Amino acid sequence: MISLPSILICLAMIVLAPLFPGVINKTKAFFAGRQGPPLLQLYYDIIKMLQKTSVYSETTTVVTRIAPFVILFSTLAAALLVPVAFRNASVSFSGDIILLAYLLGIGRFFMVLAALDTGSAFEGMGAAREVLYSALAEPALFFGLLVLINETSQTSISAIYEKLTVESWWQNPATFLLVAASWMIVLLVENARIPIDDPNTHLELTMIHEVMILDYSGKDLALIEFAGAVKLAIFSSLLVGLVLSGQELALPAQLLVYAAGMLLVSIVVGIVESTIARFRLLHIPKFIVGSGALAIIALILKLSGN
Amino acid sequence: MNSIATLLAITCMLLLGSSRLLVSIRMVAFQGILLGLLPLFVTDHIGVAAVLLMLTNIGLKSILLPWLLTKALFESGTRREIEPFIGFGASILAGVLLLAVSGYIVNRLQTTAQISSPFTLIAGFFMFFSGLFLLITRRKALTQTLGFLVLENGVFTTGLSLGSEFSVFVELGILLDVFVGIFLMGIMLFHIDREFDHIDADRFNELSDLAVDVGDSEEASE
Repeated sequence: MISLPSILICLAMIVLAPLFPGVINKTKAFFAGRQGPPLLQLYYDIIKMLQKTSVYSETTTVVTRIAPFVILFSTLAAALLVPVAFRNASVSFSGDIILLAYLLGIGRFFMVLAALDTGSAFEGMGAAREVLYSALAEPALFFGLLVLINETSQTSISAIYEKLTVESWWQNPATFLLVAASWMIVLLVENARIPIDDPNTHLELTMIHEVMILDYSGKDLALIEFAGAVKLAIFSSLLVGLVLSGQELALPAQLLVYAAGMLLVSIVVGIVESTIARFRLLHIPKFIVGSGALAIIALILKLSGN
Repeated sequence: MNSIATLLAITCMLLLGSSRLLVSIRMVAFQGILLGLLPLFVTDHIGVAAVLLMLTNIGLKSILLPWLLTKALFESGTRREIEPFIGFGASILAGVLLLAVSGYIVNRLQTTAQISSPFTLIAGFFMFFSGLFLLITRRKALTQTLGFLVLENGVFTTGLSLGSEFSVFVELGILLDVFVGIFLMGIMLFHIDREFDHIDADRFNELSDLAVDVGDSEEASE
C-alpha cells in the first residue's frame, strides 16, 4: 500500500532530519553552560562537505566508493517504511518492520565492509564492535515488536501503530513502559550515542561509529552524516509512534504533536548524554543484553496477562 | 501488582548483571521494600497483620540485613567487585532463559490454589531461580548470601501470589529469613576472612581432604 500524502510528510522528515543532532548538541551545550554550535550546524557541515572532493586511500577498492551511496539509500528506503506523524507509512505491508530493520542492516553491513576495506587496524576494531553491539540490540527491537503484535494482532508497523490506543497503554502500563525503555536503549545503540559510543570522541581505542567513517572525506562524508541523521529520525519516529499513537487529532495538530515528540526524544537523548558517563567497553554488551531482557520481561508480562 | 512484580524481575536482572557488591546490596534492599509493599496489593482489606508483615519485611530486608551486609563488606576489607564464574552478559542471558523457564512452569502448573496474578507467580519463580543461580555462580560468601536472600524473596513472592492469606509459604519464608540471619552471623562473628584471609568460597579448601594447591588458585584468581 502506497500513500502519497505520507510520502510528502516522510520527505519533510528526511529534510528536517539533520535538525535533531543539532537539538541534541544544543541540549548538551545547555547542560555544559556553553553556547554550543548553531541548530543548523549539520546542514552547514553537509553543504560545506558537498563542495569538496573526496580523497581515497590507495589501499581501498570499489567497496569504499559505493558504500556511502548504499548507506544513504538503504536508510532513505527504510525511512519510507516508518509511520511518520501518526499516519500510515508511505509504503506498508505485512511484516514491513523486518524489511525496515534489515534495510538499516544493509547500510550497516556496507559501512563495516568499507571500514575493513581501508585496511586500517583501528577501523577493523570499530567494525567488530559495531557488529557485536548491533547484533545484541536486535532482539530488543524484535521482542518489543512481538509485544505490540500480540497487543494489536497486526503485522505491519503502520497497522500496529494505528491500532495502538491510549487505552492499551492504560491497560498494560508496565509492559509498554518496558518496551519504550528498551527501544530507547536500541535508539542509543543504533545511533552511536553516549553511553554506548561518544559521537565527539576521536580517541582511536574507544571509537565505534566514528572510527569506521574515519577514512571518508568530502561528499562521501556528507552522505554518511546525512544518513546518520535520517537513521536517528527513523528510530525517534518509531519511539514517538509507540508512545503517542492513538490520539484522534486533525492533521495540523498531528504534525505539531509529532514534531514536539521528536524534539522531546532529541532532548532526552541530549540529557542522557549530559548526565551519564560513557560505559566502559566491557560493560556495554551487558547493558545492551539488559535492554533485550527488558523487552522479554515485557513480552512475558503481556503473555501472562491474557 | 504486576508493576511491582515487573520491578522485582528487573531488580533480579540488574543483580545478575551488576559488578559491584555495594550496588548489589542496595538492589536487594530495594527488593525488600518492593516485597514489603506487595502484600498490600494482594488483599482488598488491609488488616493489622498485613501492615505488621509489611513493616517487618521492610525493616528486616531493606534496613537491617543490608546494613549488616554493608558492615560485613567494609570490615572484611574485601575487594568490592564481584568475581563471577560466569560473566555478567552471560548471566543476564541465563536470567532471560530462567525467566522463560519460569513462564513455562507457571503455564503448566496445575494448582488448586487461586492464582491472584500469573505474572507475580512467574516473577516469584524467576527470583527463586536467579537466587539459586547467584548462589552457584558467584565466588564470594557475601554474594552467596545475597543470592540466598533473593531466593528467599522468591519464595515469599510465590507464596503471596498463590494464597491471599498468610500461608505455609510465608512461614517458610520467615524461617529462611532466620537462617539468613544466622548465616550472616557466621560471617560477622567467626570472621572467616580473618581465619582464611579471604571470603572467597571457592578457596575454602584448607580443611578438605583433596590436596589442592592453594598457591595455584591464588595466582589464577589474581
